[in-house]
Amino acid sequence: MDQFIINLIFVGASFALYIGIAIWARAGSTSEFYAAGRGVHPITNGMATAADWMSAASFISMAGLIAFVGYDNSTYLMGWTGGYVLLALLLAPYLRKFGKFTVSEFIGDRFYSQTARMVAVACLIIASVTYVIGQMTGVGVAFGRFLEVSNTTGLLIGAVIVFAYAVFGGMKGVTYTQVAQYIVLILAYTIPAIFISLQLTGNPIPALGLFGDHQASGEPLLAKLDQIVRELGFSEYTTHHGDTFNMMLFTLSLMIGTAGLPHVIMRFFTVPRVSDARWSAGWALVFIALLYLTAPAVGAMARLNITELMWPNGTDAAAVSLETIESDEKYDWMETWQKTGLLGWEDKNGDGLIQYYNDASPALQERAAAEGWQGNELTNFNRDILVLANPEIANLPGWVIGLVAAGGLAAALSTAAGLLLAISSAVSHDLIKGAINPNISERGELLSARIAMAVAIGVATYLGLNPPGFAAQTVALAFGLAAASIFPALMMGIFSTRINNVGAVAGMLAGLTVTLVYIFLHKGWFFIPGTNSFDDSDPLLFTIKSTSFGAVGAAINFATAYIVAGMTKETPQEIKDLVESVRIPRGAGAATDH
Amino acid sequence: MSDKDSAMAYWKANIRLIFISLIIWALVSFGFGILLRPLLAGISVGGTDLGFWFAQQGSILVFLGLIFFYAWRMNRLDRKFGVDEE
Repeated sequence: MDQFIINLIFVGASFALYIGIAIWARAGSTSEFYAAGRGVHPITNGMATAADWMSAASFISMAGLIAFVGYDNSTYLMGWTGGYVLLALLLAPYLRKFGKFTVSEFIGDRFYSQTARMVAVACLIIASVTYVIGQMTGVGVAFGRFLEVSNTTGLLIGAVIVFAYAVFGGMKGVTYTQVAQYIVLILAYTIPAIFISLQLTGNPIPALGLFGDHQASGEPLLAKLDQIVRELGFSEYTTHHGDTFNMMLFTLSLMIGTAGLPHVIMRFFTVPRVSDARWSAGWALVFIALLYLTAPAVGAMARLNITELMWPNGTDAAAVSLETIESDEKYDWMETWQKTGLLGWEDKNGDGLIQYYNDASPALQERAAAEGWQGNELTNFNRDILVLANPEIANLPGWVIGLVAAGGLAAALSTAAGLLLAISSAVSHDLIKGAINPNISERGELLSARIAMAVAIGVATYLGLNPPGFAAQTVALAFGLAAASIFPALMMGIFSTRINNVGAVAGMLAGLTVTLVYIFLHKGWFFIPGTNSFDDSDPLLFTIKSTSFGAVGAAINFATAYIVAGMTKETPQEIKDLVESVRIPRGAGAATDH
Repeated sequence: MSDKDSAMAYWKANIRLIFISLIIWALVSFGFGILLRPLLAGISVGGTDLGFWFAQQGSILVFLGLIFFYAWRMNRLDRKFGVDEE
């Protein structure tokens, strides 16, 4: 059967499953629509949280970034899981005790200020829109391949589907749909990884295979990988070659950002009890870890497979020939991905062979001169295609490829739709109903929510056509913004009674503004290409890249809040009592809306 | 012990537990995974060293342990200080 048809069947069947469950669950009870998670077992809730959380960045993009850089990109692995420790220890139980549904409501009440609530709404919208841009990048790659069209067409089709999906709406809030999405997503990620791990190492568990022996050569897999990438002039896979200071800051930014993203925090508001909020974070991380422990294996094994395909007779023999790429079915994936415009090669020296090597490496330049090479001929390999192309690269059966297409779309669509809902509720509920027009009708509120959604997806699609980075890098910027604005405000709100209304507002504004300006200076104003004054390869401050600046922004937020609070009026007694009560589990009622 | 003192003692015990947990959190990720990796270079794990394992898998496993440990300890503390949910 044609691969296109197989993909269509898998993607279609998975969508039918989600919609079917949504209809079934809705008919069961309407209240579940509003309070997903209450009365649901913590393990089930953990699975749903994991689906909510793992987006195109985790599924489609992350392993590709690890594959082509190696050890230095472990930052994504540690950052996106380490944040759950902060969430479980510093935020989740207290916010659950507080008993409101949105992050901005907590900030508004704790800092007894409508302004604080509005600033929180602004921070939330800016971070979420940036996050959606990253999702759209991933959606474009997935649809481009799956419908066999260019990346741009794929992105536009994807945008229409995401919009419809989000407007169809509430099914996002139904826990069981998310459980189904998690199952599709994790099977789609691990099944090809198991196949590949068996092929390369004989170990059925990819996470263990990564540290096992490469069967063909008998050497440890990672030692073999280090050796062949070194021979082609690339940096060794397992060694550290970037800047340590930037790596630390980047990891910290991702961790703090994880604990500051409103759509993740919201999941813990609706669990039945404070003690469940503590357990839920743990269960969510269990299900996230299943993917995150597999991801580094996917990255390393894919890098090895790709390199060996380009040098089928070893790195010191002749490279793969153009004729082989065209005729051998093992190379079919290169031709299908070429159509998306995300993979490209060019026989620069006209020898009929495609040499893939690092043409910036002095040692390889010598070899190139001796053998008449005129530069790296695998001219374009977009990092975001790696996970989706991986089963084809490893020559796995057609149904595995279809499953991966369904999984990638599940990851991207569920998170994009969730973020759009968060943005639209912030605009219609917090901004319009909370501040601009409290008497707005229910229909008016719903209409403004839809308009906000359409505007957000329009902006994200436009910027997604020229994204500021690969999916995971763009998403990392969103984490930086959340780290600099929301996380410090929440933490100070719980752990310090000294921080008052003025301090919190000043802190959030300072953290957000400085971080946003730093990002725009490096990535272009409003992410418009060409308007940047600096580049991440030579950043403005020391070695701090724009993706790593969130931790600095958070420090600015904390410092500003303390200084300003010290100079202004003390927190009133009733707010101090509120903080005291938030710190103790006893007396937590059900979460209330108003 | 009055209610206020008891609440204070509970909060102090909580802060202490958070502090210890966060030290471990930072030690396995920023420590073993990044800064202290050269010190662990002598311990080899499947073709590379222990620091690489901590950066790619070990820290995630420790994070999991930490969250469950904290939840278990806190639920015991809640009961000890009589602030648990009935």
